[in-house]
Amino acid sequence: MTEPQPPARPGASPDAPAPEVELRGIVKRFPGVLACDRVDLAVAAGEVHALMGENGAGKSTLMSVLYGLQRPDAGQILLRGTPHSFTSPLQAIDAGLGMVHQGFKLFPSLSVTENVVYGSEPVRRGLVDRAAARAKVAELVERHGLQVPPDAKVGSLPVGVQQRVEILKLLYRDARVLILDEPTAVLTPAEADRLLEVVRGLAAAGRTVLLVTHKLHEVMAVSDNVTVLRDGRVTARLATAATGPAEIAAAMTGRDVDLDRSHPAGTPGNEVLTVQGLTVPAGSGGAKPLVDAVSLEVRAGEIVGIAGVAGNGQSELVEALAGLRHASAGRVVVAGTEVASGGKGASVAKRRAAGLAYVPEDRAEVGAARTAPLADNLAMGFHRSAPIAGRGGLLRRSALRAHAARVIERFGVKAASGAVPIGTLSGGNQQKAILGREITHDAPLLIVEQPTRGVDIGSIENIHARLVEYRDAGHGILLVSAELSEVLALSDRVLVMYEGRVVAELPRAEADAQTVGLAMAGGTATGGTAADPAAKAKAL
Amino acid sequence: MSFDAELVFSALRALTPVLFAALGGALCERAGVFNVSLEGTLLSGCFAAVAGSWYTGSAWGGVLAAVLAGTAFSAILAIGAVSLGADAVVVGIALNLLAVGLTGFLLRTVFGTQGTFSDPDLQGLEPVDIPGVSSIPFVGDAISGHSPLVYLSWVAVAVIAVLLSRHRWGVRLRGVGEAPDAAQSLGVSVAKYRYAAVLVSGALCGLGGAQLALGNVTLFSENMTAGRGWIAVVAVMLGRALPVGVLLAALLFGLVEAFGFRLQGEGMPQQAADAAPYVMTLAALFLATRPRFRDGLVRRRPSGKAAAGGGSGGPGERPPGPPGPRGPADPPASGTSSPVPTLEPNP
Repeated sequence: MTEPQPPARPGASPDAPAPEVELRGIVKRFPGVLACDRVDLAVAAGEVHALMGENGAGKSTLMSVLYGLQRPDAGQILLRGTPHSFTSPLQAIDAGLGMVHQGFKLFPSLSVTENVVYGSEPVRRGLVDRAAARAKVAELVERHGLQVPPDAKVGSLPVGVQQRVEILKLLYRDARVLILDEPTAVLTPAEADRLLEVVRGLAAAGRTVLLVTHKLHEVMAVSDNVTVLRDGRVTARLATAATGPAEIAAAMTGRDVDLDRSHPAGTPGNEVLTVQGLTVPAGSGGAKPLVDAVSLEVRAGEIVGIAGVAGNGQSELVEALAGLRHASAGRVVVAGTEVASGGKGASVAKRRAAGLAYVPEDRAEVGAARTAPLADNLAMGFHRSAPIAGRGGLLRRSALRAHAARVIERFGVKAASGAVPIGTLSGGNQQKAILGREITHDAPLLIVEQPTRGVDIGSIENIHARLVEYRDAGHGILLVSAELSEVLALSDRVLVMYEGRVVAELPRAEADAQTVGLAMAGGTATGGTAADPAAKAKAL
Repeated sequence: MSFDAELVFSALRALTPVLFAALGGALCERAGVFNVSLEGTLLSGCFAAVAGSWYTGSAWGGVLAAVLAGTAFSAILAIGAVSLGADAVVVGIALNLLAVGLTGFLLRTVFGTQGTFSDPDLQGLEPVDIPGVSSIPFVGDAISGHSPLVYLSWVAVAVIAVLLSRHRWGVRLRGVGEAPDAAQSLGVSVAKYRYAAVLVSGALCGLGGAQLALGNVTLFSENMTAGRGWIAVVAVMLGRALPVGVLLAALLFGLVEAFGFRLQGEGMPQQAADAAPYVMTLAALFLATRPRFRDGLVRRRPSGKAAAGGGSGGPGERPPGPPGPRGPADPPASGTSSPVPTLEPNP
């Protein structure tokens, strides 16, 4: 609270007309936390402005204040030089603001058009004028090159397209300023690139985009100016053209971050996971198997990464391995124990006993019991045996607390105590806790899904280091991630999944973004040896 | 035994109370309120219909009283579940118990009798002969000569179907039920639409009660709905809360009930005939519910929200007030995927 002047380096010319959006001295205090501490932000019309900061830095609070979701304790909001005071998002929308939230606010069973016009439908003879609505939506899609089918049911669309529906909603309401909150957090690399193109197009069409993110390469790729927050204060204002990722990362974390740490290769030993011809049948309404005769192996001392556009069977494969989903055919051997064969599979408990640990994709729903204390969450899986299991099925709380304290300390989980519900921790700390729990199982095989989704830079570094450390201790890791850079940085071998099949298998040396990216899109991987020649041929 | 016009006629008559209640239930379901108080609301409609008819001397006075009573009764659900945030199922069950007790109590205090009230002077709804239709063989016998409320229920199906699919109000209502956060963020008042749905369902249940007490018979007897409201709850599920779907589901129950009466006439034990609709209900529920394991034991949250919960930041990034920019906790899955409630047999 003593920092007098942030290092101000305004990107826009000081003589420019009144900024499209200007926040002056915004202060927002929550019990015990000063979320925004005299934050100034100025965004010129037609600019793509990135607002960066780690989780907890105050970005989202600042945007809530701008969008009328929160009242500031002090400070001023100006749009084109005119002061505004919003008490609800509706007023902000009327004033020309629009926000795409991180969790989409869509109606899955309604069509794109119905979603877009919802709340301000054109009416003709008492009924909704579908033709007019559709025409308006189609025109917006056309004008902004959004590539969204106006009649499709939103629930049936890929996440990237759903996000463009959110953008359509804002354009339909004629928003001049679009606030995108962590827009690529849920997108695959290809979808993210598509979105960044859209963002550029919107700016070129004269709209102003405020991009809230903590992904450096996106900021470098698309923004004009960057404002960095840390602990509620502005720590840097930079023109993108005149800065680099290292400077931004340092402003975000307050220290130097090694962005391109390369890990030494592992030394593979015995197989800890063998999968032969594993097949998960098509879900309701689908014709193709979700997982189609996948074979792979993971050895002790190596990390095998699975790359692929989300929805190509990676999640289903992992669930089938973990025992959460029925596989109709194939054999799975975990550390020498057969746990599935010919459509019959062992229970989750038996698989874990055989030597499998699992960090699921959805940590809030599957990985943890959100409202249960952190200590209880950390004890899960350890509750069946001594020292936590006591006599007569009772748990020994003292042993449980001691166990939790060890994991919290070893993995640097930031929490007031083991007694707080795990759901109150930040995303990065939840993930550290769950990863810590699974690593503590010391199982020969660790399956990790999306280990750093929604996690800030500092924690990503930590989590990656933990995984490599675990590998070097002689364990095998199967890594599934939508972040191609993550798969490439960590894996000793990269498998690519496309439409339920493994279409490419590349050793570390040959796995570069271009080759893997091509295979992810269903093209033939060149220079690699396909795990399954038939599958590779089929992928074309 | 044959499938004749008389059977269709009695099926159409039997299904009407269930249909009215199920239409109301479907509206609530679409608005995101799981209404299990249909049974109680229907019963209060029955009592109000008889009381209204008795004191005004006109069956239409009874219908009006039933609509008002149903609406007032369901207002309790609206206040409890929408304004005060109570669990709609708990409030609904309480309302069902209240309706049995309250109508029994009022039967004693207002009419000074127990069990059943009937009187030759009590005005029932007059059957309507539809000119032109009544003379067509079979069809005329099946379709014509019902109480006006039977025809009104058919109109209600059509009106509600158009409302939900084409009218602004209906489209917004569906949105409110499916994603209340999204509706709220676009300036549509979730509470207002839910109130409307619940109150309209009360009015519809009132009409159903009036048909049961003044159309199908002309009397009030304690607990005379005998589970029809519960069957309506199931009809909402089977019909996937679509007006036409609900109509077909109600038709199924109407036919089974009519068959039951018929079989009873041919020497089948009365208990077996009485049980038929409930057996049918259970069978239909089993058939409509599929095993879930195949699609994965772990129910994934809708895509797009997958990272929202996990991405929540530290205290500074989590504004305490709803709805935060990172989204409050996801609402439990609603709509047709609602868990099947235990169907308490009515005492």
